[in-house]
Amino acid sequence: MPGLKQLAQREELMSAGHRACAGCLPMTAMRQILLSAGKDTVCGCTTGCVEVVTTIYPYTAWRTPFIHNAFENSAATISGAEAAYRSLKRQGKIDKEINFIAMGGDGGTYDIGLQALSGAMERGHNMLYICYDNEAYMNTGIQRSGGTPKGTATSTTPAGKVVPGKQQYPKPLTDIMIAHGIPYVAQATPGYPKDMTDKIEKALAIDGPAFMNVLAPCTRGWRYPMEESMDIARQAVETCFWPIYEVEHGKITITRKPKEKVPIEEWLKRQGRFRHLFREENKHIIAEIQADVDRKWEWLLKREELSQS
Amino acid sequence: MARRLILSGNDAAAEAMRQLDPDVVAAFPITPQTELMHKFAEFVADGDVKAEFVLVESEHSAMSATVGAAAAGARAMTATSANGLALMWEIVYIAASMRLPIVMPVINRALSGPINIHCDHSDTMGCRDSGWIQLYSESAQEAYDNVLQAIRIAEHPDVLTPVMVTFDGFIISHTAEVLEGLEDNEVRDWVGTYDAKYSLLRTDDPVTFGPLDLQDYYYEHKRQQVEAMKKAPAVIKEIGDAYGKLSGRPYGMIESYRLEDAEMALVALGSTAGTTKVVVDELRDAGKKVGLLKIRSFRPFPGREIAEALKGVKAVGVLDRSISFGAPGGPVEKEIKAALYGGGQTVANFVYGLGGRDMSMTDIKSVFEQLESIGAGKTPADEPLFVGVRG
Repeated sequence: MPGLKQLAQREELMSAGHRACAGCLPMTAMRQILLSAGKDTVCGCTTGCVEVVTTIYPYTAWRTPFIHNAFENSAATISGAEAAYRSLKRQGKIDKEINFIAMGGDGGTYDIGLQALSGAMERGHNMLYICYDNEAYMNTGIQRSGGTPKGTATSTTPAGKVVPGKQQYPKPLTDIMIAHGIPYVAQATPGYPKDMTDKIEKALAIDGPAFMNVLAPCTRGWRYPMEESMDIARQAVETCFWPIYEVEHGKITITRKPKEKVPIEEWLKRQGRFRHLFREENKHIIAEIQADVDRKWEWLLKREELSQS
Repeated sequence: MARRLILSGNDAAAEAMRQLDPDVVAAFPITPQTELMHKFAEFVADGDVKAEFVLVESEHSAMSATVGAAAAGARAMTATSANGLALMWEIVYIAASMRLPIVMPVINRALSGPINIHCDHSDTMGCRDSGWIQLYSESAQEAYDNVLQAIRIAEHPDVLTPVMVTFDGFIISHTAEVLEGLEDNEVRDWVGTYDAKYSLLRTDDPVTFGPLDLQDYYYEHKRQQVEAMKKAPAVIKEIGDAYGKLSGRPYGMIESYRLEDAEMALVALGSTAGTTKVVVDELRDAGKKVGLLKIRSFRPFPGREIAEALKGVKAVGVLDRSISFGAPGGPVEKEIKAALYGGGQTVANFVYGLGGRDMSMTDIKSVFEQLESIGAGKTPADEPLFVGVRG
C-alpha cells in the first residue's frame, strides 16, 4: 500500500476550483478516494454537498467519469453501470479493469438511500459504496439524519427550552452492512489518511461488494473553526466515538486503538452543535453519551477478539 | 421469413427483447408486467440472451440501474406497470433529461388507490409530460413491433430520448394471440450495433452525467428536449416505413380506420381501438358513416395529422381510459380539442374502462349512438360522459 508521499505524487483527479467550503472534510475524503482508486474509476454520488460543489454546469471537478442521478439511488445507479461493464466485458467490447464507486452522504445512505444500498450489496455487484458521514443533511441546511448523534442541535432538532437537540442515537449503519455478510466493510476517516487510503485500496481489490463508512466533519454544521477539521476527525477516533476498523470476510480488525481514550466531553466541547449540552440541566446527556461510547467500544473489542479466535 | 407465433402480449414483448438482445435489463416484479419478466428470465437462464439481468429491490432502483447502465453505454431496458411506474417517476424524468435511449414496455394498469391490478391508462397518462416518447399498442402484434421500432427511435441521433411502449394489462398482456415474428437474423440486422456518444466506461475521456444545472442553463436543456421531441415524428415515420418494408406492417403516428367519408368518429388508443374497429365494421354494414382514429404516438402528439384525418367529420367522440381530476376533460380529449380547434367538429369526451371495467362492443355502440344525437344537433356535455359506470 502506498504511503502519503507516494499518493501525493499521483495524478490529482479532483480539480481545484470546486465550490466546497474551506475545511470541508468530505472533499478531503474525495481526494483521498480518487488518489487511491486512480483514473480507471467510475464514480457516482447521491444528491448532496459533494455533488453540488463539484458539478455546477458547465463545470465539473471530476477527472474521472462521474454520474449523479438522484438522492436515494447512487448504489442502484452504479450497480447498473457495473452490470453494463460486466455485460460489455463478457461480449469482448471492453477489456480494461475499471473500479466502481458509489458515494453518498449520511442522509443519502443511512436514510433515503438505505434500500438501494442494501439491494446493491445483496446482489453482489463488484463495487465499493462509501458513505461520507457528516452527521446531518448539510446541503439542505443542517437537518437531522439517521446518522446524527444524540444531543446534536440541528435545524430540525434545535436546542430548545424543552428539547435539547436530537433525542436518538444514530442508526448502526456499519453494523447493518456487516450483517449483509459482504466481503469487506470498514470504518475510516480522512483524519487518518493512510488508514483510509489503505482501506480503499483493499476494498477495491476485493472481488464483490464492499462498504466503507467515513466520518467527514463539516465545519458549517458542526460549528468549529475550519482549520480544525482534521484534528476534529482524529479526535473522534481518539475518543472511541468513531472507531476505525475493518471487517474482512467477517474478521474484525480495529486498525487504531487509542493508547488513552480521550473523554467524549473534550470532543463535544469543541463543536457548537453540542454547546447546549454544557448547560447545567443538560450535563447528564454528556454522561449518557460517554456511557454509550464506552459500551459500544467494549462490544467492538469483544467482537474483534471473538472474530479472530 | 415471417414466423407465425401464438403469444400473449407479455410473451410477445419478451420475444422482441430476446431478439434485440439488450446488454442490461433491470426489473422488479409487478402485476401485470410479471410474465414478461418471467419469460425474459427463462431466456437468461437458458443462455438465449447476453443481457446482465439485474433483479433489483424496487422499481425506483430498476430505473436507476437502467440509467446507470445506459450512461455506461449499454443498451438498457426495464418494464413495469402502474404503481411501479409511479415509484420510479422521479427517475423517469431524469432518464429523459439525460437523453438516454432506454426502452421500457409499460403494461397499463390502474394506479392505486384503491388498489386494482387491471387495465386503465392512468399510469402512462400521468407521466405524459416526463419527456418520454409514448407508443400505445392495440395488440400483442403491435407490442412486439413497437418494442423493435422503439429501440431504433430512441437511439436515433436526432431523438436520443427514451421510449415507453404501452399495452393494456391483462386484455393484451395475458391474452394469447396469433402474430407474426421476424427471424432472429432479421432483428439483429434491424437493430444493428449501438455505439453511445458518451459513456461512463471511457475512462480516458471522462464525462460527468447529471450535473447541477441552475438558472443559467437548465432552461436551455429543457428546450433541447423540446427540439428532440419535435424531430421525433419524422424519425418515428421513417422507422415505421422501414419496418413496414421489413415486416409488411408499416407504422405511422396514427392509424385512420374507415375515416374517408365518416361523419362520426371515435378516437381511441390501446386495445379498445381494436374493439372499435369491429363495431365500425358492423355500423358501416348498417349504413352508418362511422370511423376510428387510433393514436399510436401520444408523445410526441401528432396534432396536425389528427386534424387532417378528422377534417369533414361532424362529431368526434374521444375515449379516455383515465381521468384528469378537476379538469374539463380526460388527457386525450384535451389534446384532441386543441388539435381540432377551429375545425368545426363537435367533440364529446367519454371516460371508460377504469380499473379494468370491460368496454364491450355494446358499450362502444352506445357511444356511437350518443355521438349520433350530438351530430344531429344535441349539445354535448361540457364534461366527460362516463361509459358503464353505476350511480
